[in-house]
Amino acid sequence: MITRIIVAFGAVVGIVIAALIGASVPGLRPLIGVALPYVAFAIFLVGFILKVVNWAKSPVPFRIPTTGGQEFSLPWIKWSKIDNPSTTGGVIMRMFFEVCCFRSLFRNMRTDLRSGWLIHHPTKWLWLLALGFHYSFLIIAIRHLRLFVQPVPGFVETLDAVDGMFQIGIPPIYLTDIFILLCVTGLLIRRLCLPKMRFMSLVADYFPLFLILGIVISGLLMRFVYRVDITAVKALATGIASFHPVMPEGIGAIFFVHIALVSTLLAYFPFSKLMHMGGVFMSPTRNLANTNRMAYHENPWRKPPKFHSYEEYEDMYRDYMKEAGLPLERE
Amino acid sequence: MYDSGKVIIGLLIFAGIFLFPFIYDHGSPAPKPKPSLDTPAIKALPEKKCVEDTQFMITTHMQFLNDWRDQALRDGNRWYVNKEGKKIWISLQNTCMKCHSNKKDFCDKCHNYAAVQPYCWDCHYDPNGSKL
Ligand code: HEC
Ligand code: HEC
Ligand code: HEC
Ligand code: HEM
Repeated sequence: MITRIIVAFGAVVGIVIAALIGASVPGLRPLIGVALPYVAFAIFLVGFILKVVNWAKSPVPFRIPTTGGQEFSLPWIKWSKIDNPSTTGGVIMRMFFEVCCFRSLFRNMRTDLRSGWLIHHPTKWLWLLALGFHYSFLIIAIRHLRLFVQPVPGFVETLDAVDGMFQIGIPPIYLTDIFILLCVTGLLIRRLCLPKMRFMSLVADYFPLFLILGIVISGLLMRFVYRVDITAVKALATGIASFHPVMPEGIGAIFFVHIALVSTLLAYFPFSKLMHMGGVFMSPTRNLANTNRMAYHENPWRKPPKFHSYEEYEDMYRDYMKEAGLPLERE
Repeated sequence: MYDSGKVIIGLLIFAGIFLFPFIYDHGSPAPKPKPSLDTPAIKALPEKKCVEDTQFMITTHMQFLNDWRDQALRDGNRWYVNKEGKKIWISLQNTCMKCHSNKKDFCDKCHNYAAVQPYCWDCHYDPNGSKL
């Protein structure tokens, strides 16, 4: 079990070392700074779409939503409209709460033996850490747009100002930087320290956590310790986004570590459990209305059956049947 | 593919979000700004040199200013000795902005490009600038 942790951690360290070596060779810089992001982004985009299309090819002949409450039945039985939806509106609400609030994680329960009693009690830690992590990641990604587009849209500047509103230090530390660091560390500790989690966790579980932690740490180091020329980074990033790639001089090595880790994340995404980003929308346990008994659901791969009527049967074996003296409906 | 209408709409939204920078920039790159050094104070310099070396100033001037502020206001030490051993009076308005008196064509040029709005000018006065 420990080897899985070491393999995942070692892979991230390997990428960091490779990026540092690459950054010290001038000829390799455009490869890591420009070519690698292009390739990784293309793999991400195409891989993601193909994966979703592949999923969409699987028929879902029957409604299999997980039900989190009373289904629609008689008018005097209280119906749980969102947790057991049977209308499109209900499904939309359910998906909204699932995608934006992680509602099913919120229902997480634990069962413990407490002084002789078996207790089922809610635990919210996983939900809290997951929610904090995902929203911080989203806000950081949107804030990063300032490096990719010119002119910078107003909502990016507003988000930047709100995120840095405490104006601690120069350059100011963002709230989401603190949150993402705490949450990813918490999620990692969950896998490393809980024996049951450690038993279940695979390299594919540790690797994304170490990778994202690596991205966050390299970003923070770039902002607060090993500063780079942000105008040069923006020239590079807008160059990529406008298909006029350039490789400006004087970008520190730490940037290549950051971009190599991000590229790895993008390229790895379609092949990993991170595909839950697309998968949550495709899950038949979430996105189907519970109308099993209300509506007729036709098996999508159903072909019209070939009937063989008794009349045809008789026509086929008439002679033999006559010979054997069997009764015939038609002579 | 089942439910292809819904899946395709979803995938188009996905691609639209992730391709936003590519669409928004529509092929016109945004080159690095060239902060102007064309000020009387800099023209009068025998050597075109900043307080510290240029690469350090470009990447780290914000942290450097923060250190200056702490040195001046917390330690009460208003003289800074740079790497070359030159003594410099610590002041945002009277040192940086004396040489870089063209805030609009210097500081602001980079800051608009990188979308940062230093809050220093809420209180500090740019002696040659228009705006408080
Ligand atoms: C003695 C005049 C002088 C003072 C005082 C001065 N600078 Fe400079 N600064 C210059 C000159 C000259 C350059 C151009 C150096 C070069 O091109 O190599 C420069 C360059 C810079 C650059 C890099 C611009 C670029 O992209 O080429 C920055 C940033 C900068 N200064 C900020 C500051 C800050 C902040 C202060 C106050 C702490 C300051 N300067 C004080 C003269 C000065
Ligand atoms: C070479 C371009 C350039 C020049 C010239 C320049 N800056 Fe900056 N400055 C930047 C960039 C880029 C940042 C944002 C760094 C980041 O986001 O990590 C910044 C950030 C700052 C910050 C921190 C603000 C924040 O919210 O992060 C201060 C303060 C600052 N600059 C002061 C000045 C002053 C004063 C001058 C003029 C004397 C000046 N700068 C000239 C590029 C420049
Ligand atoms: C809340 C108002 C306020 C803000 C915002 C502010 N300052 Fe100041 N600053 C002051 C005051 C007051 C002094 C003291 C002036 C003195 O004693 O000479 C000072 C002094 C300084 C000094 C040393 C003395 C001098 O003459 O410059 C530096 C350097 C400085 N500030 C830098 C900054 C920078 C950089 C920022 C933006 C990141 C900033 N300040 C934002 C109020 C402010
Ligand atoms: C998976 C996506 C990414 C994540 C999670 C991420 C994360 C971070 C974090 C947490 C920081 C610390 C400061 C901040 O929050 O702004 C940071 C800084 C930075 N990142 Fe990223 N990053 C990502 C992608 C990228 C990409 C693609 C680039 C390429 C241009 C990039 C360039 C930078 C730069 C230049 C900084 C320093 C910003 C500054 O000094 O103000 N990042 N990153």
